[in-house]
Amino acid sequence: MENTANRYKFIVGGLLIVAAVVYLIVSSTQASAQYFLTVDEMVQRGSEVVGRDLRISGAVVGETIQYDPQTLTLTFEVADVPGDNAEIEAQGGLAAVLHQAVIDPKRTRVKVVYNGVKPDLLRDEAQAIMTGQLGEDGIFYAEELLLKCPTKYEEAVPQQSDQ
Amino acid sequence: MLANLGYGAVLITAILAIYGTVAAVQGARRNNPALVYSARNAMLLTFPLLSLASVALVILLVTGRFEVSFVSEVTSRAMPTYLKATAWWGGQAGSLLFWAWLMSAFTSAVTLRNWERDREFLPWVIAVGMVTLGFFLFLILAFENPFERLWALPTGQVEAHLFAPRGATLFTPQDGNGLNPLLRHPGMILHPPLLYLGYVSFVIPFAFAIAALITGRTDDRWIRITRRWALWAWLFLSLGLIFGGRWAYDVLGWGGYWGWDPVEIAAFMPWLTGTAFLHSVMIQEKRGMLKHWNMILIITTYALVIFGTFLTRSGVLSSVHAFAQSGIGPSFFTFIGLTFLISMSLLFWRWNALKARNQMTSLLSREALFLLNNLVFMGILVICFWGVIFPLISELVTGQKVTVGPPFYERATAPLFAGMLFLMGIAPLSAWRHSTAKTLGRAMWKPFIVSLIAPIAAFIGGIRLWAALFSFWLAAFVAAVTLYEFWRGARARSRRAGESLPLALVRLAGRNRRRYGGYVIHLGVVLMAVGIIGIEVFQTETQATIPQGGEITLGDYTMRYDSLALFDTPDNRNVARAVVSVYKNGQYVGELHPRRDFFYDFQQPMTIPGVRSTWEEDFYVLLVDWMPVTTEGATFKVYHNPLVNWVWFGGLVFIFGTLVAAWPEKDPEDVAVRRSGAAHARAYGD
Repeated sequence: MENTANRYKFIVGGLLIVAAVVYLIVSSTQASAQYFLTVDEMVQRGSEVVGRDLRISGAVVGETIQYDPQTLTLTFEVADVPGDNAEIEAQGGLAAVLHQAVIDPKRTRVKVVYNGVKPDLLRDEAQAIMTGQLGEDGIFYAEELLLKCPTKYEEAVPQQSDQ
Repeated sequence: MLANLGYGAVLITAILAIYGTVAAVQGARRNNPALVYSARNAMLLTFPLLSLASVALVILLVTGRFEVSFVSEVTSRAMPTYLKATAWWGGQAGSLLFWAWLMSAFTSAVTLRNWERDREFLPWVIAVGMVTLGFFLFLILAFENPFERLWALPTGQVEAHLFAPRGATLFTPQDGNGLNPLLRHPGMILHPPLLYLGYVSFVIPFAFAIAALITGRTDDRWIRITRRWALWAWLFLSLGLIFGGRWAYDVLGWGGYWGWDPVEIAAFMPWLTGTAFLHSVMIQEKRGMLKHWNMILIITTYALVIFGTFLTRSGVLSSVHAFAQSGIGPSFFTFIGLTFLISMSLLFWRWNALKARNQMTSLLSREALFLLNNLVFMGILVICFWGVIFPLISELVTGQKVTVGPPFYERATAPLFAGMLFLMGIAPLSAWRHSTAKTLGRAMWKPFIVSLIAPIAAFIGGIRLWAALFSFWLAAFVAAVTLYEFWRGARARSRRAGESLPLALVRLAGRNRRRYGGYVIHLGVVLMAVGIIGIEVFQTETQATIPQGGEITLGDYTMRYDSLALFDTPDNRNVARAVVSVYKNGQYVGELHPRRDFFYDFQQPMTIPGVRSTWEEDFYVLLVDWMPVTTEGATFKVYHNPLVNWVWFGGLVFIFGTLVAAWPEKDPEDVAVRRSGAAHARAYGD
């Protein structure tokens, strides 16, 4: 008799913990989910995604990088790259895809504004992975900027972030 | 020549691995000692062979044989020799060889050490080791061969192949690509091999667990044999994580040490299951419970170890959408899936033999609290795993890629980390079998009252954030309980044996290394927690562009920009080095030299912070930009990182505690196992 009561206690305790973990996961996921879109997808959806937390990735167009050290305002344009990895591989790997994206004038581009220090890895044909929001003006306001340069070395460089 | 030698050695080892697996399994099943012996010899041969391959690779790297495609990918002429040598584990193909080499070394060591004692387990341990080794050798041979050379085809293209394609000539580049400057840091040189050491050492307990399941020796024997292996594995993993954090803090220039990126999480997940395992095996040893659970933990750890190697070493870095990249991805998933399935089937097959000897009786007993601690660790694991795979799931279910970032992990894990600290505080005070709130309260009230000093002091110091006050109380509580335990034990011993208190303390800890080493680890965790609370809650930052002589103020600190020098160095860097004077509360405290090195070879700058480090805080200055030529104005980003050094110091304490617990000793238990083991080996027929 005591045994069953005991087991009951443990089962209830275990279930409570499981419930707590599930709650933490669900609520935190909802609170911090970011939609991963390509530049193309974001521009197509337009007003539908304005103001949402987005994560976009694109190829940095070198000649558009502008940096004002007085206000620490960084602006540049990124060109659309496929979000799907199989597609990137089919087009000859990340380096080739980024290069194509930058030299192709017909690619969709979007202007990015970022407030903060200019990251070391920001340069032409780098892959920028940004989180932030699309403004009504069609500019992407990045809160976080991660960069990857696959060209020079085999190892992808650890991301550099600046918040 | 060297390349072919290395390749040949790998190929022969792969064949040996297949033979060894088959021989070990057949030998054990048919009870044929000669076959098992032959498998053992095959196993022992893998180490010298892979050493040969590794030496060949290191010679190729150090002597700059750029016709080998791996060498030209990861080294360059300008690199110092030690960096060329460490490129062995710096690049993907080489790191797979490094993994395999460690695996063969560890399996050989355990085979030699335990041959007499644990004869019935060893065929299966050899088989598991050989299967794992064989998998990595397969990856090397099929996808990532570090010995491939570059060939110029008649069409003018350059391709990497092992043997010359028709009509091709060997192509030797003038120089290699070299190692990214960001990775040239002691922390980054030691970080991967430490993680690998941890990963590979966890394979040994797993191998013994599988051996225990297959042979049906489901008592705690396998745990006693591998206890120390698991501790060392855990130590190496912890060291790898700490070094990685230190590297990020020194090099990445964002004033942080942990960014919740998938690669970090990949190394963190086996650490979580490993920690849970180290705790719950104690319950099996003491009370004969949780046997299924321990099996599940070690099987999961093994799967996560392979998964972690895959995530860190497959070039799949920031994008989790790249899981299926190259042939390596599917191979990894097939291997993880198959080994997991087979291990779990073995476990279900032996399910009834693993029934517990005892039952949990009291919710507050030590075993119940350990179980709770395990659940908390698993909760953190599930959160981490969910975060990593969430993009895949959401894409499958809704067709929309959705990711979660650091806020997700912070939000979801924070309450669990707090719960973990709390359990760390009360578990040492509870008794095995039975504890009630009353007995626990009686043991707890003294340290509890002492621990209230911390939040009260913090409150008087001006901190009003309830979360911070609560966390400081938790940390102080665990510290107080742990120190109280030391004191209680030492006092009892000194009274009984008439020794002085310090001597009693040393002898007591020496006799119960595992227990007191564990307590030291807990103290290390508390110190790290204090540092983490400090930087997470109280970090402040500012940035500004100022003229020469201008000042930036942050909290109590003021920095003045004095000058900036620009110069080239012989190793192809352009260095911009600023001199700033730092004042704290108006007092001059010293000069800092934040720097920015531009590497011409890589066309990439690297920011090196100027840091004033004290127990209280780090004042961390980054040079961001400057006016060209005149250097009249410069931009700085400044961080105030309170208590961050407690993280590193806590890390040292943590490592010391693990060493205390893991250092070889001659405890009576171990001797007893040795004796019964020898007797058993005799009985087995030798």
